[in-house]
Amino acid sequence: MNKNDVLVIGAGGAGLVAALNAYESGAKVKVITKEYPTRSQTCMAQGGINAALGNAGEDSVEAHVQNTLKSAKAIANEEAIRVLCESAPEAIEWLDSIGVCFSRTKDAKIAQRTLGGASAPRACYAQDYTGLKIIHTLYDRCLACGIEILNERFLLEILTNEDSACGVKVLNIRSGEEEIYESGSVIIATGGYSRVYDKHSTNSSATTGDGIVCAIEAGARASDMEFIQFHPTALKGSSILISESARGAGGYLVNSEGDRFVNELLPRDEVARAIHNEIAKGEDIFLDIRHLGEEFIDEELPQERKLAKLYENVDPVYDLVPIKPVAHYTMGGIEVDKNSSTIVKGLYACGECANHRVHGANRLGGNSLLELIVFGKQAGINAAEFAKTNTPSVLRNPHANMHSRTKRGSEIEVDFYKIREELGDMFYKSVGISRDKSTLEDTLKTVEEFISKLPLMGVSDKSKIYNTNRIEFLEFKNMLVLSRLILTGAITRDESRGAHFRVDKPNEDDKFKIHTIIDKDGVVS
Amino acid sequence: MKIKIQRQTLVEYEVDMQDATLLAVLERIKTSQDASLTYASGCKSSVCGSCSMRVNGKEVLACGYKVKDGDFIEPLKNVPVIRDLVVDMDKAYEFNAKAKAYSNNPHAKNISVTQENEKINEIQSDCILCGSCYSACPVYAVNSEFLGPFSLTRVWKYVSDVREDDSKEKIDTIQTNGIWDCTLCNECTLVCPQDISSKSDIEKLRSKSAMAGHTDPNFASMDFGGGLSF
Repeated sequence: MNKNDVLVIGAGGAGLVAALNAYESGAKVKVITKEYPTRSQTCMAQGGINAALGNAGEDSVEAHVQNTLKSAKAIANEEAIRVLCESAPEAIEWLDSIGVCFSRTKDAKIAQRTLGGASAPRACYAQDYTGLKIIHTLYDRCLACGIEILNERFLLEILTNEDSACGVKVLNIRSGEEEIYESGSVIIATGGYSRVYDKHSTNSSATTGDGIVCAIEAGARASDMEFIQFHPTALKGSSILISESARGAGGYLVNSEGDRFVNELLPRDEVARAIHNEIAKGEDIFLDIRHLGEEFIDEELPQERKLAKLYENVDPVYDLVPIKPVAHYTMGGIEVDKNSSTIVKGLYACGECANHRVHGANRLGGNSLLELIVFGKQAGINAAEFAKTNTPSVLRNPHANMHSRTKRGSEIEVDFYKIREELGDMFYKSVGISRDKSTLEDTLKTVEEFISKLPLMGVSDKSKIYNTNRIEFLEFKNMLVLSRLILTGAITRDESRGAHFRVDKPNEDDKFKIHTIIDKDGVVS
Repeated sequence: MKIKIQRQTLVEYEVDMQDATLLAVLERIKTSQDASLTYASGCKSSVCGSCSMRVNGKEVLACGYKVKDGDFIEPLKNVPVIRDLVVDMDKAYEFNAKAKAYSNNPHAKNISVTQENEKINEIQSDCILCGSCYSACPVYAVNSEFLGPFSLTRVWKYVSDVREDDSKEKIDTIQTNGIWDCTLCNECTLVCPQDISSKSDIEKLRSKSAMAGHTDPNFASMDFGGGLSF
């Protein structure tokens, strides 16, 4: 048993910022991740991080607030958005001060570019490696502070006593042993759940929403799970992300005839829907950045060129890049208040796994990296504060045999890898850019069937040591739980709003200008 | 297409895939032939550094390498193998802390960084910590405490940054098990998926060390063939 003041689960941008701030608030901090910190999803963020600095054109915090509100389609919390946008310049100043290598303007300011839905060039960037450079700098900062980071441990359960969170149970992936860590407070920063869409997602294979499932099990609530952002431009064959900054810089979207069909700089939900409609008409869709020139592409978008060559065998300097929209970001997540706290005392959440109600029905590019810094800080400070006064009492016994015994080897009747792929294909088709009620209901029935078949599935690899077959099965079970939540939200929300587009109810309905809130027993409101 | 993978024993697999990345082939084997095959992966777009391994003796990212018939796949070198192609990077990453590869001046406010300043360490800050350079480095055969190529590149990233006010502590730190242990063989450069040259970063750190008054400790013990040996 190890006692810590604050436990942070997840070591992406939000987790590391939370850890650094809890540490600076005087807490003893331990970070636990199922990978290594620099392998987290944050490293894949390319486009930038928003702050109304006005370095590349006139901008204001108010414009940032208004753009974010507009894109959120009336289901965001204006107060939270104001906190986010007002804190942004300070967040960038902090990142700059710890050594993030941002691109610069000719007059030695942090460079900024325009992303979709923004009225000004607002996204601070580091070529198209913005997330990579931020996560590595945060990691270096944690080393400087001597913050303990435990790698390769999979979250199984958030432990609670009578009235608050007091630790976690994890599976040490290397040893195959379960471990318990006790703490005064717990911060969940485990990322989103886009991998429910399997190969139809830009995300890392680790983005399986584990923390959200465990938080709900521990009594927290999730909200707005049906809002899933489809990024307009992923490579057609591989779902690899091509940054929005390619369009921000003047890239075109064209169909098979070479015709443009949409304003490329609308928010992502609108651009994705326009592409979806073209594809439905039988068109192939391409990103065209040839006119930007080789020098510009190599300077501002070096990663995009490399990825397009590798995965599509096209060079964007000379060729059209075949694209399609795929699942990219999940707006929903663990419901938190203005202190980043869940309804379970001592349990905090930040980053993509949390819903701070700033993205609403559609997130703006450049606001997610910002969210990690602003709310990661808030969660870290508040969790440290809570831990000071919370002396955890004796742990309630962790659920000993909550799950029935997992089938092994030849007992397995259903291959979960096949079901995982089927689930992803089905979600892309039926819970994607365009949805309708009866298909959603059928999909939910299929998900329930998958869940009922779980006892027939299992882990064929018998090794105790580093059993990724076992980890993938645990992740798959989490994704089934999340699938049910997404579908419940999508069926309940009998309207269209932002990323949730229902062909059978194509308009916004004021009756649904509310958040869909779900706990483990079902829809709360 | 057949490939051989170094697990506890050498295992051959056959897959019917064309123009596929190694990671896609490994995923296919795992999900349809042998669920016990163990490897690490993440982003599939060469930026998370999870899937570095060796193909025919050379370090690659599995997600960025197109498989050819007869390829021979092994785990990274110089790091403990946990299972199959998964290695334990903990000790390798600890060298970042030992080398003090972080900002010394974390609350530097409003220091102006020009485009030229930013270019100085732009490429070093592209590092994804995949460990390819660490695996390719021959120094570990003789010194297991060598701070190593990626950590020293990271030190250069910070000491070359105009926002750093004092690089002395870092320069002092890398004198032992650091820059002078490198043989300048350039293997690290050849395998880096991000086109970083730790070798040249180490050379730059040597110049900076010399300017700070440090000398190559190997000089002291070198026999130049003169002296009293006639």
